[in-house]
Amino acid sequence: MSNEYQIVVCGSIVPDPLQTLEPVSGPDGPSLRNEMMLPAVLDPWASHALYEAAHLAKNTPGSKVWLVSLGPKAKLQQVMMTVAQKVPFELIALDGPASGFAEAAEVATVLAEAIAAIPGLDRSKLLLFGGWESASRGAGVTMQMVAERLGILDQFQGVDELKVLPGGALEILERVEGGKQQVSRCAGPPALLGWATGNLPEPRNNPQVGMANMRTVMPALQKAKPVKLAAAGVSFASVALPKQLRETRIVKDKSPDEIAREIFEWIKR
Amino acid sequence: METILLLINTEADGSLAKPAFEALGAAKALRAGLPEAKLAVGLVGQTVQSGADQIGACGADAFLGVAGADFASPRYASDAAAAEALVKAAQATLIIAPATARWNRVLPGVAQRLGGRADTHVTGLSAASGAITINRWYYRQRMEASLQRTHRPWFILLDPGSQSAWQGAAATASVRILPVTLSEACQRTTVVGVRELAADAQTIRPDADLLLVAGAGWTKKQADGQTHVKEAEELILGCLKLARASLGSSKSLVDLGGEGQAVLSFLTHLNQIGQTGSTPRHPKGLATCCHGEEPHTVGWRFINERRAISLDPNCGWARGKADVLYVADAFAVLARLNQLLAAAS
Repeated sequence: MSNEYQIVVCGSIVPDPLQTLEPVSGPDGPSLRNEMMLPAVLDPWASHALYEAAHLAKNTPGSKVWLVSLGPKAKLQQVMMTVAQKVPFELIALDGPASGFAEAAEVATVLAEAIAAIPGLDRSKLLLFGGWESASRGAGVTMQMVAERLGILDQFQGVDELKVLPGGALEILERVEGGKQQVSRCAGPPALLGWATGNLPEPRNNPQVGMANMRTVMPALQKAKPVKLAAAGVSFASVALPKQLRETRIVKDKSPDEIAREIFEWIKR
Repeated sequence: METILLLINTEADGSLAKPAFEALGAAKALRAGLPEAKLAVGLVGQTVQSGADQIGACGADAFLGVAGADFASPRYASDAAAAEALVKAAQATLIIAPATARWNRVLPGVAQRLGGRADTHVTGLSAASGAITINRWYYRQRMEASLQRTHRPWFILLDPGSQSAWQGAAATASVRILPVTLSEACQRTTVVGVRELAADAQTIRPDADLLLVAGAGWTKKQADGQTHVKEAEELILGCLKLARASLGSSKSLVDLGGEGQAVLSFLTHLNQIGQTGSTPRHPKGLATCCHGEEPHTVGWRFINERRAISLDPNCGWARGKADVLYVADAFAVLARLNQLLAAAS
């Protein structure tokens, strides 16, 4: 039995996690101050999804990986210069906002339409991958909505491991509460896997992979479809940074014994 | 007029877990703020009657259920079918559920199916003058937003630990069981089971009063120029056991393993807190050997009382973020702390 997969990874860009972020309000709703100036990276959990997709495709001859990414075209291009050197994929770019405040349902509609329009897509071989949450909205909503739009009823979130069993069934490990993981077996594609950390390290840059990817990345960016999101029906009353400063008492002059006793009494209180 | 549906599941023994009571508390408070609103409770599980009886006196206008072996385990297709049936039967406009793995997995898809909207990880919910406002965090707990929606149905998933649990007497509830038949397409997935560490090896305890955060400093060279990873493991595990604490780790510590460096053997990515980890809720948190500024510190955003042990008095993890910063050697402090905990146990 042939197990080849068509793996579509959804992943957008987010500000580099080490950047200072500050919300601002505008006529179109909240956004980040100097958002277009902030260095960006591929969303961390979506990155894991991409690496897992590439790993699966590499070990399953005949498989192919697409990366569907919605973001400002100029920022996408910057990020793809790095991402394209990691693993082989074909980019489908959508030129629109990558903001965490963008409406998930509207993003899902755009992503699902782009996926459905992939030439030659065979939904019986489709594995839809993405991060289980983004580092921007952090909701874990979009991928389920995309999958519903594509008619996918086998969905998994917080995935840490995927095994292909003899016969083609998929065994999937999902994070659940209390440091536990749920083990499920799915008959096969189509399925949605929202990845958590997975097990693969970040691949090293491979210039050859980068050159091969760039043959499709640049044309994809050039013909990226402009996307306008309306944020219909949602209004933000406020977006603010937390009042995070606490009055920290610095204890410098106590012995480990005295400190341990103080902590002990605090724990027991 | 709003119709609120509280959507909860029963556990394997038929009872309700704490997040269900918290979601009920929030749903009741919401109804109190919405004149003429109705409240229905929808339960899903192998059996639902005993769970419904636990909250039978909550004042809900109706109890609905979807029950059977097909609905015992968390599975997207069956849970989605159950939730869809319950929302339709209740004609719900607002659906309140705990943001557990089970409901986070399924309700966004159900919202899509029913033409609604979904917000997860909601930490605040209120109603004033007929308008409903939720609070949730963006950019991995780095900024908090209040928002409203006109779209219905609106699925609101409340983060466990963020709401006060409903408390009340048990009473027999009259549950209307809805017939839900699953098609073959809904049964392509089988839940095989749950993988977990042995009880004495489990370091993640969501109900613990204390979160012990282990930072990368534990595996660095100490004053004698040597690393002491084995000793660090014993101290941390000892503290976890004696204080019945939960263990969180900084991303850098978890990632050291992928870089071939010495790591604490019991750490996994499930322990990771922060930017690409979890943001657990515990009454108290003790950070040890942690360093770094935002965004790493978001890992203990929801810890109420915070203390830290670090050799660096200017540690960005602690200054302005912890209530107390002890400038000391964590090895020495934890060794003594464990002695005190052992003597008290």
